[in-house]
Amino acid sequence: MSIDKSQVKKVAKLSRISLDDKNLDSLSNDLALILKFVEQLNKLDTNNVKPLNSIVDKSLEPRKDQVNDGKIKEEILKNSPDKNEDFFIVPKVVE
Amino acid sequence: MSDLNKSTLTQITNLIKTKKISSLEVTKFFIKNIEKAKKLNTFITTCFEKSLKDAKNFDIKKNYNGLLPGIPLAVKDLFCTKNIKTTAGSKILENFIPAYESSVTNNLWLEGAIILGKLNCDEFAMGSSNETSYFGNVINPIGKNLVPGGSSGGSAGALAANLTPATIGTDTGGSIRQPASFTGTVGLKPTYGLCSRWGIVAFASSLDQAGPMTKNVEDCALLLEAMSGYDPKDSTSINKKKEQYSKNLNENIKGLKIGIPKEYRIDNMPKEIDNIWNKGIDILKKSGATIVNISLPHTNYALPTYYIVAPAEASSNLARYDGVKYGYRSKKGKNLTEMYENTRGEGFGREVKRRVLIGTYVLSSGYYDAYYLKAQKVRKLIKNDFDESFKKIDAILTPSTPSSAFKFGEKTNDPISMYLNDIFTVPVNLAGIPAISIPGGVDNKGYPMGLQLIAKALDEQKILNIALTMEKAINFKNSINRWWEN
Repeated sequence: MSIDKSQVKKVAKLSRISLDDKNLDSLSNDLALILKFVEQLNKLDTNNVKPLNSIVDKSLEPRKDQVNDGKIKEEILKNSPDKNEDFFIVPKVVE
Repeated sequence: MSDLNKSTLTQITNLIKTKKISSLEVTKFFIKNIEKAKKLNTFITTCFEKSLKDAKNFDIKKNYNGLLPGIPLAVKDLFCTKNIKTTAGSKILENFIPAYESSVTNNLWLEGAIILGKLNCDEFAMGSSNETSYFGNVINPIGKNLVPGGSSGGSAGALAANLTPATIGTDTGGSIRQPASFTGTVGLKPTYGLCSRWGIVAFASSLDQAGPMTKNVEDCALLLEAMSGYDPKDSTSINKKKEQYSKNLNENIKGLKIGIPKEYRIDNMPKEIDNIWNKGIDILKKSGATIVNISLPHTNYALPTYYIVAPAEASSNLARYDGVKYGYRSKKGKNLTEMYENTRGEGFGREVKRRVLIGTYVLSSGYYDAYYLKAQKVRKLIKNDFDESFKKIDAILTPSTPSSAFKFGEKTNDPISMYLNDIFTVPVNLAGIPAISIPGGVDNKGYPMGLQLIAKALDEQKILNIALTMEKAINFKNSINRWWEN
């Protein structure tokens, strides 16, 4: 399996990353190299191996569904690049 | 007054506790060192006003109960610090001011430490030379043209230059141990789950661990004790009693079995690394340990596994940077989707883009089984290798890195050659086990090179004790002449 430019374009779209043609070219080369490198794994037979999903040998502990933080609305909004009163502003999404 | 450029964290702690020096004096000393070291570019943010205020407060209250009483510390800029800018070395977080404190840094402040500032690192901790930071290269105090390693390059550089008495970093694939090796310092990656990940800018959540970076092993035990501990806010945090690493630190390693994995003797490895490794083996024998030749047969597959798992996790972790709630936002774009794309296109650097794209690809429909699932299976095999070995041995000794510090630009054009830097460190992250890097000696250029000790999960005390024994015998001294102060 190798990756071509049109696939990189598609992955960039999925990743929501804009790429100009120059970056698309050089990143396509990088990605092809990296994928070739990781494909070494195909040399291994893993048919009977269970995938390792988590390194921690326990199921995640549920916590009580209660508020333990909050009332920092202003501090949170302070970091927003664009806001209006209590709202984050984004470009228009509905015509 | 004793020379604070020659003092360790433990020594400064004792000086403060015995009232031979005040926190304010110590803090002023390190601020002066930082101000004279701008050339090294180790800091992204300093907060001296707060440091001095906190030091004065400490000297008034005189509470010596903490492990780090009145100790000024700088931390990697990947830890969120309340009301202090936290960038993760990225343009996309250039102006981000967290409304909360990471659990690990909070632990340090609860033990009495005082913040000096935030240290430079590779963007989102993705890099092995600190050359991917939006805020520029960090210069290794060992030599003007040398990288400090990465991603905790600012941390290692600041520590080696004595701009902070100790520091903390994060290690996803070697980001504490490799820069420690490149700067002649000590760095420990704890067991996954020993230190809370809450409030640390996430890179690859199943691999990320915070850990101490110090001048010697004694300091390392002290700082690990201060920063570790159960945290209900991190769902993978291990719920167990806090260990007293400092108190239990000793040099009795008689009868311990130390494994030497044959797969770590790689082709084209500089001869000096082999020599340093052999010297380490001799020291262990003389200290009463037994050397056992072992095999970790899947070692060669660790790096390719890592470069599927880590980017996959990164691509989902970094999805949050959308220019809406915080961080950089592009002014270009006609609609919401274009705003996202331009924000991320302009806000992320090249290495971050590479990894997000790779991660998205290996998780995408049609490729998931071939790449991601395959990598998870091989990860299991790598973990099994260690599990099997630790049935027979107590610890493993390897080199920390396949080379000493290299020059700026030497590996930036070839991602694979950069990735190969982490060949000895990555397996440990995949297996979730602890490892420490200590200075092993110097190569023919006089650059430091590290030795790595690996143990099974939660056996930090064991590798600290072995490291302490080896440190005494190796008696490494960093020859740094503070050239940047001229």
